[in-house]
Amino acid sequence: MTALLPRRGLAQILALIVILAVDRVVSPQFFDLRLQDGRLFGSLIDVLNRGTPVALLSLGMVLVIATRGIDLSVGAVMAISGAIAASLADSHGLPVVLAAALGAGLVCGLWNGFLVSVLGMQPIVATLILMVAGRGIAQLITEGRIVTFSSPDLVWLGNGSILGVPVPVAIALGMLILTGAVVRGSALGLLIEATGGNARASELAGVGTRAMILAVYVWCGVCAALAGVIAAADIMGADANNAGLWLELDAILAVVIGGTSLFGGRFSLVLAVLGALIIQTMNTGILLSGYPPEFNLLVKAVVVLAVLLLQSPKLSGFSGVVARLRRAKA
Amino acid sequence: MENSPAPSLLEARGISKSFGAVRALQEVDFTLRAGEIHALLGENGAGKSTLIKAITGVFPRDAGVIRISGEEVAPRSAKAALQAGIATVYQEVNLLPNLSVAQNLFLDRQPMRLGIVREAEMRRRAKALLGGFGLDIDVSAPLGSYSVAVQHVTAIARAVDLSARVLILDEPTASLDRHEVEILFDIMRQLAGRGIGIVFVSHFLDQVYEISDCITVLRNGRLVGQRETASLPRLELIRMMLGRELAETTSVRAATGEHQAREVCASFEGYGKAGYVAPFNLELRHGEVVGLAGLLGSGRTETARLVFGAERADRGQAKVEGEPVRLLSPRDGVRHGFGYCPEERKTDGIVAELTVRENIVLALQAKRGLHRPLSRREQDEIASRYVKMLDIRPPDPERPVGLLSGGNQQKVLLARWLATSPRLLVLDEPTRGIDVGAHAEIIRLIRELCDDGLALLVISSELDEIVTYSDRVVVLRDRAHVDELTGEAIDISNILAAIAADSAVVAHEGRA
Repeated sequence: MTALLPRRGLAQILALIVILAVDRVVSPQFFDLRLQDGRLFGSLIDVLNRGTPVALLSLGMVLVIATRGIDLSVGAVMAISGAIAASLADSHGLPVVLAAALGAGLVCGLWNGFLVSVLGMQPIVATLILMVAGRGIAQLITEGRIVTFSSPDLVWLGNGSILGVPVPVAIALGMLILTGAVVRGSALGLLIEATGGNARASELAGVGTRAMILAVYVWCGVCAALAGVIAAADIMGADANNAGLWLELDAILAVVIGGTSLFGGRFSLVLAVLGALIIQTMNTGILLSGYPPEFNLLVKAVVVLAVLLLQSPKLSGFSGVVARLRRAKA
Repeated sequence: MENSPAPSLLEARGISKSFGAVRALQEVDFTLRAGEIHALLGENGAGKSTLIKAITGVFPRDAGVIRISGEEVAPRSAKAALQAGIATVYQEVNLLPNLSVAQNLFLDRQPMRLGIVREAEMRRRAKALLGGFGLDIDVSAPLGSYSVAVQHVTAIARAVDLSARVLILDEPTASLDRHEVEILFDIMRQLAGRGIGIVFVSHFLDQVYEISDCITVLRNGRLVGQRETASLPRLELIRMMLGRELAETTSVRAATGEHQAREVCASFEGYGKAGYVAPFNLELRHGEVVGLAGLLGSGRTETARLVFGAERADRGQAKVEGEPVRLLSPRDGVRHGFGYCPEERKTDGIVAELTVRENIVLALQAKRGLHRPLSRREQDEIASRYVKMLDIRPPDPERPVGLLSGGNQQKVLLARWLATSPRLLVLDEPTRGIDVGAHAEIIRLIRELCDDGLALLVISSELDEIVTYSDRVVVLRDRAHVDELTGEAIDISNILAAIAADSAVVAHEGRA
C-alpha cells in the first residue's frame, strides 16, 4: 500500500504550510483551539468544517477525472439532495431522509454515467445537461421556496459533534477512508488509472472500461448528494438556487491542485482532499483578514498557479519530480 | 553525370530520420520529374508518410538534401514548403469545412479593396478556378457540405493556384468511389500535362498501375527501388513491397502431417462481418503458428480483431476447445484464454504512464475481476519473473512503460498476455518498428511459446519472417481469405503468387 501521503504530495503540503503561516500572520488566533459544550472550536476546525462539502465532492470528482472525464453536475446534485432532505426531514426519520437523498445522487450518477459510458457522449457536455437541469429539478422539489426544517437528527448531521469533532468532518474522513479502502483495496484503482491512461488499450486488455466509467460517475453522484445533505443540515434549510452553486469548479480545482491530471490516469484521493483543504484555508484566511471576499478569487488563482508550477516537471529541482526520478534510477 | 532524360523537379538525397531508437528513414533517395505521376508505395511503417513529412518540413530531418529544380531548399514548415512549391493534400483534407468553398480557396490571400474582402470577386475567381477542373458548384456553400471528392479537388485547386510545382497526394482515393476516382485521375493527368510533378501515395495497386508513370517502393524505412511502372510486373512489385531478400527460406518448422495430430484450440466457421471481412474458416491448433499474409488493407488486422473479439462478427460460429462460444468483446476473448497484441502499440497496447509492472498485470487483473486484486507482492513477483524471462530492459518494473524502447514495450505486452496463461495469442505485426536485435528475440519467443503448446496467429508484412515461423499460412486479398499454404508449400514465392494471382484476376474482372 502506498503511504498515506505519497512523496509526490510535497508541493501540496508545502503550499498548505505556507498558507497556514500567512493565515497565522493575518489572524494571530488562527491556531487557537477551545473545547466548548463537548465540541472543538477555532479557525482550524472551521476550515475543516467549511471544507467538508468540497472535500466530499473532490472524492468523487478525482475518480471521474482519473478516467479522463469530468462531472460538472455535482453542484446541482447537491441542490437536489439538499432539497429532498429538507423536504422530508420533518416528516420522516433520518434513515429515510438519507436513503432518499443519497438515492437521488445515485440516480443522477447513473444518468451521467449512462450518457458518458453507454452513449459515448463527451463528459463535459453530458454532465452539463444535469448541471443545468438539476438546479431546475431542485427548484421544483422546493417549489421555488427556501425549505427550512427543525428535525434535530438532520441538524445534528450539520452541527453536532462526535468526540469533539464536528460531524461533517467525521463524515468526510469516514468517506475518505471508505473510498480509499474500496479503490485501493480492490483492483479498482489500477483499472481506473489504466482506463484513464489509455481507454482503448485497457479495453483490449479485457478491462470492463464501460462499467468502470459508470461506477465512478455513480460514486461521484453519491458523494455530491452527501455533500448536499450536509450543506442543508448546516443551514437547516435548502436553497435550491444557491446550494452548491459553483462548487463543481472548486471540486475540479481541488483535484487539479491534488496533482491529478485532467487527461486522466494517476490519481490520489488524499491529495485531492488536501487540495480542498488548501482552497478552504485560503477562503477562511481572507475572511479573517478583513479584506473583501472578492480578493478570494484573485488569491485563489495565484495559489493555484503556484501549486501547478511546483508540480511542473519543467521546473526541475523540486519536490515529487526529483523524488520520482531518484526512485527510477535506484 | 547530370544527363537524365527529363529534368528532375524534386530531388531528395540521403534523407534520414530517427524517432528515438527507431530509424524511420535511412538514406532514402527520391526523384520526381516534371510532368510525372510518381507512386510512392510500401506497407504500414515503411516510411512513406515519414518521407513526405521530412520533405515538406513537418518535422526536421536528421540528414539529407532536398532540391527543387536543382536549387537546394530546406522548408521548416508546411507553409514554407508551399512557398518553395511543394503542396500536400492529405487523406483527411486539411481545409476548413465550416467555411465556404471560395473562402477555403482564397484563405489568407482574399482579394481585398480598402481592407474589405471583395466577396463577389472572390466567388467569381473561385468559380473560374474550379471550372478549370471541370467542377461547377456553388462556391459560397460550406466546404463541409460537399463530398470528400469535391473537397479533394478544392484542396488540389488551392494548391495549384498557389503555384505549386510539386503536388503530394496522400491516399487521395481511399474514401472515393469509382466514378470520383476517375474524375480525380483526369485532373491528375491534366496537371501532369502542365508540367506539375505529382506524388501519389496509395495502397490500391490497380490504381497505381492505371495512373502512375513511375514507382518508388520503401520498406522498413529504406529505399527498395525506383522503377518505371510499365516495365514492372505486378508480382515483382509485391515482392519489392513484402519480401526481404529472395533467399528461398522455407519453413524451418517443416512439420508436414504432424500438425494434423495436434488438438484444435479454437475454430471459426463461416466467421465474418459484412463490410469488414468476408466469412472465413479458420482452425487454430495447440502448438501451431498460423501466419496471416497479404497486402495492407487485405483484411489481416480485421481477421485478428474478429478472432479476439475486439470486433463483433455478424455471422459464423466460433468454438473454443470444441465448445461453441460467443465473442462479443475483448473481455470475452480474455475469458476464453485469448490474448491480442495489436499493431498500434502506443494507442492500443501500452498504458504509457503506468509502470512496467502495472502494464504486465493489467490483463490478468482484468481477468480475475475487481474483487480479487493481486497483492503488491504478487504483482512484483509476476513483473520480475517476466522482466527476467523476456529480458526487458532496463530491468526496472517501476519505470513508466512509455519510457521504454519499442521492442521492450512489445515484450511488456507479450508479458501482459503470458501472465494470463492464454491458450491462443494473436500477434499483429509483433516486430514492427523494433530494432534488429529485439526483432530476432521476438521471433525466437514466438517459436518457444509455440513449443509450449500455445496456439498462435501471427500477422506480418515480412514474408521471410512468416515463412520462418509458420506451420500454416493463410493468404488474404481484398478482405477475404483466398488461400492456405501448409508444410512444404510455405515459401515466399508461393505466398507472392497467391497474393498476385488473385489480384490479377480481380484486375482483369475490373476491366472487363
